[in-house]
Amino acid sequence: MTSSTLTRRIIPCLDVRSGQVVKGVQFRNHEVVGDPVALAQRYAQAGADELVFYDITASSDGRTVGKEWVQDIARVIDIPFCVAGGIRSVDQAREVLSRGADKISVNSPALQDPDLIAALVEEFGQQCVVVGIDSFQDDAGNYRVYQFTGDESRTQQTEWQTLDWVREAVRRGAGEIVLNCMNRDGVRQGYDVAQLAAVRAVCPVPLIASGGAGAISHFTDVFDQAGVDGALAASVFHKGLIEMDDLKTELAQAGVSVRPT
Amino acid sequence: MTDLAIVNTRCANLASVVFAFERLGVAPLVTADPTALRAAGRVLLPGVGTAGAAMRELERLGLPGVLRELTQPVLGICLGMQLLTRESEESARNGLNQPGLGVIDAPTRRMEVGGLTLPHMGWNRLEVTRPSPLLEGLDGAYVYYVHSYAVPVGAATLAQTGYGQPFSAVLGQGNFYGAQFHPERSGPAGARLLQNFLNLNPQASEAQG
Repeated sequence: MTSSTLTRRIIPCLDVRSGQVVKGVQFRNHEVVGDPVALAQRYAQAGADELVFYDITASSDGRTVGKEWVQDIARVIDIPFCVAGGIRSVDQAREVLSRGADKISVNSPALQDPDLIAALVEEFGQQCVVVGIDSFQDDAGNYRVYQFTGDESRTQQTEWQTLDWVREAVRRGAGEIVLNCMNRDGVRQGYDVAQLAAVRAVCPVPLIASGGAGAISHFTDVFDQAGVDGALAASVFHKGLIEMDDLKTELAQAGVSVRPT
Repeated sequence: MTDLAIVNTRCANLASVVFAFERLGVAPLVTADPTALRAAGRVLLPGVGTAGAAMRELERLGLPGVLRELTQPVLGICLGMQLLTRESEESARNGLNQPGLGVIDAPTRRMEVGGLTLPHMGWNRLEVTRPSPLLEGLDGAYVYYVHSYAVPVGAATLAQTGYGQPFSAVLGQGNFYGAQFHPERSGPAGARLLQNFLNLNPQASEAQG
């Protein structure tokens, strides 16, 4: 028997605003890149391992995620997907999951009400509950958690140091952590390997890197050096800068275990 | 006669499972009606959540006895597979494991993975250890897992996967089958397993474990 053959996941991320996939730079200046269902189908067929959909305005303007497209996506794709954005209650999570999402991700609402994490885990199981964390390295070098990052005018620093919030989220039952390194978002200069390695050391559940992918070597580096379970990226896929097939072939050649496309 | 009935446990992945069969051109009947379940050509038991909550739901629906007595091919998925076993360490109370339907003579245990992360989440490889029509074309395929409990390799194991140690990826005993992974989210390999299930001879039976 082979030992662990669990593969590292490549996860295209689709930011959704008003039913359209958009992409910004450091969470700003969004441009429309396409229809979520068509893009989801394209990525699934190309060999993506999982998809994440962020309703980027949902938390900051008080709405929950628009639910219609969740079911449309569940109908056409045959890989898992996670929906994030404005899920503030067990009932809202149930609606998204019942439409066919495999996981739900909570970010700002979990910061405002950490009990939400345990309530979701109790109802749906740990495997469904992802905690997304927006982390920014300040001038003094500290990693700090931010909330409401979907809206520039409302984005604010929280009291939490990133490593402390990761520990707290896991203690409350989070089944997976997605760490968005805000300094790197959309600038394609590479993942924040140092920060991700620090988080890895305190995170016993799956950890997904987010923010900074610009080249295939960035994926190799984050798997090799930070030991993350998955790597999330948006613009390199949306803009066709990296093809899934090339990415997985090169990762395999570099000794990173991936599912063949 | 309905060819395929999906037990309506109201669990979270029900929609995904229905969509997966629709992509294969099959319109399943989603029902908790005992008469409809008994009459179906084959029955699928989905499941996401916890063993205790899922068994309570089956009991509320009056279904444990109905499911145990089915004679057509039955496939449990993920937690649905674990419910087919005799007991689960998940939802154990006062030192007593949560009883299951007991149609597959094996236990469900918390996974022992050493320093690896739990849940076991992601794409991992199938190794067929006992050929079965259900597993036609699937040896070595990658499938999608999300779980923290698993059935140790034993007499009913048809395929295994390694994570820390090998566990049962697919089980079969008599007319009851189970898949620990999520075929509805496992790309072409998952679709193949579901198609194989639809193709099973209605009298198909695995050797008793």
